[in-house]
Amino acid sequence: MADDLILLNLWSSPFGMRVRIALAEKGLDYELIEEDLSNKSPLLLKMNPVRKQIPVLIHKGRPICESLIIVQYIDEVWRHKSPLLPSDPYARAKSRFWADYVDKNIYAIGKLVWGATGEIQEAAKKELIEWFKVLEGEVGDKPYFGGDSFGIVDVALIPFYSWFYAVETCGNFSIVAECPKLVSWAKRCMERESVSKSLPDQYKMYCFLLELKTKFQAQ
Amino acid sequence: MGEVKLLGTWPSPYLYRVIWALKLKGIPYEYIEQDLYNKSPLLLQSNPVHKKIPVLIHGGNPIAESVIILQYIEDKWPQNPLLPSDPYEKAVARFWVKFADEKGLSISKVFRSSGEEQEKALKESLEMLEIIEEHAPGLGQKKFFGGDKIGMVDLTLGLLAHWMGVIEEVTGVKIKEAGKFPRLEAWIKNFKEDPVIKENLPELKDMLPAMKRRRETVLASK
Repeated sequence: MADDLILLNLWSSPFGMRVRIALAEKGLDYELIEEDLSNKSPLLLKMNPVRKQIPVLIHKGRPICESLIIVQYIDEVWRHKSPLLPSDPYARAKSRFWADYVDKNIYAIGKLVWGATGEIQEAAKKELIEWFKVLEGEVGDKPYFGGDSFGIVDVALIPFYSWFYAVETCGNFSIVAECPKLVSWAKRCMERESVSKSLPDQYKMYCFLLELKTKFQAQ
Repeated sequence: MGEVKLLGTWPSPYLYRVIWALKLKGIPYEYIEQDLYNKSPLLLQSNPVHKKIPVLIHGGNPIAESVIILQYIEDKWPQNPLLPSDPYEKAVARFWVKFADEKGLSISKVFRSSGEEQEKALKESLEMLEIIEEHAPGLGQKKFFGGDKIGMVDLTLGLLAHWMGVIEEVTGVKIKEAGKFPRLEAWIKNFKEDPVIKENLPELKDMLPAMKRRRETVLASK
């Protein structure tokens, strides 16, 4: 492989999507290995013995783990094309802050909106809308979170777009009604080939998540 | 370049991460103690999203979240680097910073809880120590996680070096059995003996009553 890159991934993982978007933004070739998390490969366990999770990027035989750390690594090694972090330290700190905010809150809460029922689901839905509104306030009318350039905050959040249909259907609400600017931002990101090629179809994701939900409830 | 202000509450280990970084790089700053039960306009203005400490304000620009502050300090003041310059080594260091930051919350939880919740936090804390002992790179071979010099991973794990003992005493719960984590214990000794760290550790005799009171307040509010 020209760039000597392997990505251990799962098609449905929003964290894997982040890495795929970053690799595409930089125009990098890589080998994509789909993992079965119910039967983890020896390669995965060797490359990520601490967390045993995907995504893992293997570059020249060495593993890098944790999606946003991988994205920063890709950005630093291939810095000449499509920078994902600004160069100014304060602007970088702001990007990291919002990427961290997304990382700590959005996906965990989103999971409860499509995955839980009753009171837990209702509470999660309220919290998700609240946090979406904060994010909407932050992006405002800018093309992307960082301004004119597509960056790490966009990469961190946009995979959630693949969950929109599932979250809206299970939670019985409309994201565009609650946060129109956020939806405009999402659609703008989807115009980038790096994003549209890395995100699965929302309905396919919904069916998959429903299956997961049924499995969890059966346990 | 603009003045540096640091908002914190004594003796928060998250605050101390930032103090250590500033001291290691020789950056003067003004410390402003905060009252988290009566949050100042400055705190609310500087960290409207989380309303927590520490917050670094540099030339009027606020940065929140201790690990993000550490990265800002590293970007802004490159002397005495806290991260390796090689991108791969940097990524490995960042992994352990994240691990330490996330899993360290379990130790804080042991301090802030009792009963079943505390037992669960204790179990998680132990898992964290075991993983670090077994997997952390350089542990046992080098003086610090950062190599010969203190780095960001060391700062993020400072909680283990100084606060864990006080938490054990205040809660009456043993998190780390002596002798079970030899490599980690060697690191703790090296960390606390470093001249900059040694000079910037909260006094144990003052921490004990302060943390006892804090724990009582936290448990009472549950």
